[in-house]
Amino acid sequence: MPRKTFDIGLVVEELSILDESGRADAALDPKLPEATLLKMHRFMLLTRKLDERMIMMQRQGQMGTFAPGRGQEAVQIGSILPLRSEDWYSPSYRSFGAQLWRGWTIDQLLLLWAGYFEGFGLPEGVNDMPMSIVIGSHVPVAVGLGMSINYRGGDQVVLVNFGDGASSEGDVSEALNFAAVYKAPVIFLCENNGYAISVPFQKQCGVRSLAQRGIGFGMPSLRVDGNDVLAMAAATQEAVDRARRHEGPTFIEAVTFRMEMHTTADDPKVYRSDEEVRRWEKKDPIMRFETYLKSRGLLNDAGIDRVAAEIEEELRVARDRFAARAVQRPEEVFDFHYAVMPEELAAQKREYLADLQQALAEGK
Amino acid sequence: MPELTLVKAVNRALDEALSLDDAVVLLGQDIGQDEGVFRVTEGLLKKYGPNRVIDTPLAEAAIIGGAVGMAAYGLKPVPEMQFSGFFYQAYHQVENHVSRMRNRTRGRIGMNMVIRMPYGGGIRAVEHHSESREAIYAHTPGLTMVIPSGPRNARALLLTSILKYPDPVIFFEPKLIYRAFKENVPDEPEFLPIGKAQVVREGTQLTLISYGATMRPTLEAARDLAEDDGVSVEVIDLLSVAPLDTETITASVRKTGRAVVIHEGHRRCGIGSEVVARIVENALDCLEAPIKRVTGYDIIFPYFSREAPYLINAERVKHAAKEVLEY
Ligand SMILES: Cc1ncc(C[n+]2csc(CCOP(=O)(O)OP(=O)(O)O)c2C)c(N)n1
Ligand SMILES: [Mg+2]
Repeated sequence: MPRKTFDIGLVVEELSILDESGRADAALDPKLPEATLLKMHRFMLLTRKLDERMIMMQRQGQMGTFAPGRGQEAVQIGSILPLRSEDWYSPSYRSFGAQLWRGWTIDQLLLLWAGYFEGFGLPEGVNDMPMSIVIGSHVPVAVGLGMSINYRGGDQVVLVNFGDGASSEGDVSEALNFAAVYKAPVIFLCENNGYAISVPFQKQCGVRSLAQRGIGFGMPSLRVDGNDVLAMAAATQEAVDRARRHEGPTFIEAVTFRMEMHTTADDPKVYRSDEEVRRWEKKDPIMRFETYLKSRGLLNDAGIDRVAAEIEEELRVARDRFAARAVQRPEEVFDFHYAVMPEELAAQKREYLADLQQALAEGK
Repeated sequence: MPELTLVKAVNRALDEALSLDDAVVLLGQDIGQDEGVFRVTEGLLKKYGPNRVIDTPLAEAAIIGGAVGMAAYGLKPVPEMQFSGFFYQAYHQVENHVSRMRNRTRGRIGMNMVIRMPYGGGIRAVEHHSESREAIYAHTPGLTMVIPSGPRNARALLLTSILKYPDPVIFFEPKLIYRAFKENVPDEPEFLPIGKAQVVREGTQLTLISYGATMRPTLEAARDLAEDDGVSVEVIDLLSVAPLDTETITASVRKTGRAVVIHEGHRRCGIGSEVVARIVENALDCLEAPIKRVTGYDIIFPYFSREAPYLINAERVKHAAKEVLEY
């Protein structure tokens, strides 16, 4: 018998709709309604400006360490667009854009990254999970949500966002396998931004595209231009539709680039060249999208300035609200461990409060 | 009232939980078609089908992580780890999500889940099949660590944990006594408060404190001490090691003035350390002798040909008890 090719029934496709100058492929353009396109643009800009504002606040000591997402706005906004409020969304720690879209308020995100658990108060009216700091560990959880949807019936879907570095974690492989076995309605959004802190993609793994990971576990997989918001929207819509039809999970590799430091605590100059960053500047997702919107006559420079000014005002108001809210009842650190606090913990809480009161009395 | 072994009692609790609440789903390796390697899930796949009794791939982190998602959705998952020695493959899910989700979400998302698994030695098993590491989970904020000691309390505690306790429970099943003896188990579902110890034998001169599989040698020692030496021994079955019922322990030691704590888990930072600390904090003035701990040693669980001297037996308990009594 001769050797043959074994057909696994899956191939990796690559999707990009806007070219680098912002011209759309007419046949692939998802033809989104004008209001939607403008809303997408506003949220991409808001995401970027919030990032800038937070970096500033961090430098002034008003914000803890956080992970900026400049350059990745199209992945966020394109992928969240097809989700309905009753769908489940599980963000990474760099998912501000999608979270804002889902209704997380700016002051809440500020609160969270300023070090208060209250910032995790999930928004009402959507099924969102809190972000997870332990890389990849939230991905099996998303599959459990998907399995529950299958169990209860209905056409909800789950979108879970994680990075290229996360793809190396065992949890992600276990999750992909589970999702494929149970046909869980999960969209695995792997945001390949080129780096996991200092480790470049080429040192992270031996595959050419992370979409191979999805294929390897037996699910349709797509490699998408992550700086092209239309491609992200179209690819995610396709995956969401498939999940709603109960045809199971999809893996999307969104190829993008992290324009800033990993977090406000590191210096990317140590591990990558300015030249590499400059190359990606030319593919800026907001710039490309704006070119597209202008070419369709939906937006002009004056319009962009107006949106930007509105966002600045929104950020200012949110920052004031955040400052007012950042006063925590100190005993809350005890209050959410159990539905009913065990007596042994209640005793510790009394001890904690007594110590605190004494410290206050002594003016410490 | 049927007479059931512990394994059958657990099976009955799972059966009842599945029939009483359609949010309950079981998941684990070989729990469906094979009915569990210890046959704990016998008959359940046939009765409830593969959507509720889920045979999973061999992937512990995804079993526990998946259960986290199910609990977040509003189901009441009951994942099984085939042996407690394999739970480390999923420990990070427990530490990262199971124990923290309620706090992280300010109470919005609770984890109504019971993670069941057999624990403990004495079954001549290969490496990683005999450990007692309840202290790890007792040490983890947000968790509840329950260990039954017989068929009746196993059934009641498991049913309570699944149906009436909205927080995550690590449920250790003493596999050594899965089939060791039978007890009458009431026909009607029975519930027990979580976090409450039981005084299973009353006495005035010495308190023995234990839980799980070591309740048997503990009770045997109490009987011998009473019959052979005329000592009046009180015995406490903790049932839950986190939270720990300080009140019951303290009340007993205040009465007897003497205590021995018994468990198979390692001594250093073991459950006994916590029990002793609480006695010292709350009843030092009543102590008439130092407290003794009869526990597993701080060594890797011996390979099975040498496991017997590591295990707890009535002689070791009596030896320690006499030292305390004669102090
Ligand atoms: C399990 C685990 N290991 C290490 C870390 C520290 N850490 C935080 S972010 C990060 C890199 C993650 O890279 P990637 O998944 O590509 O996401 P990105 O930060 O690029 O968005 C590392 C190593 C962690 N949070 N969790
Ligand atoms: Mg990355």
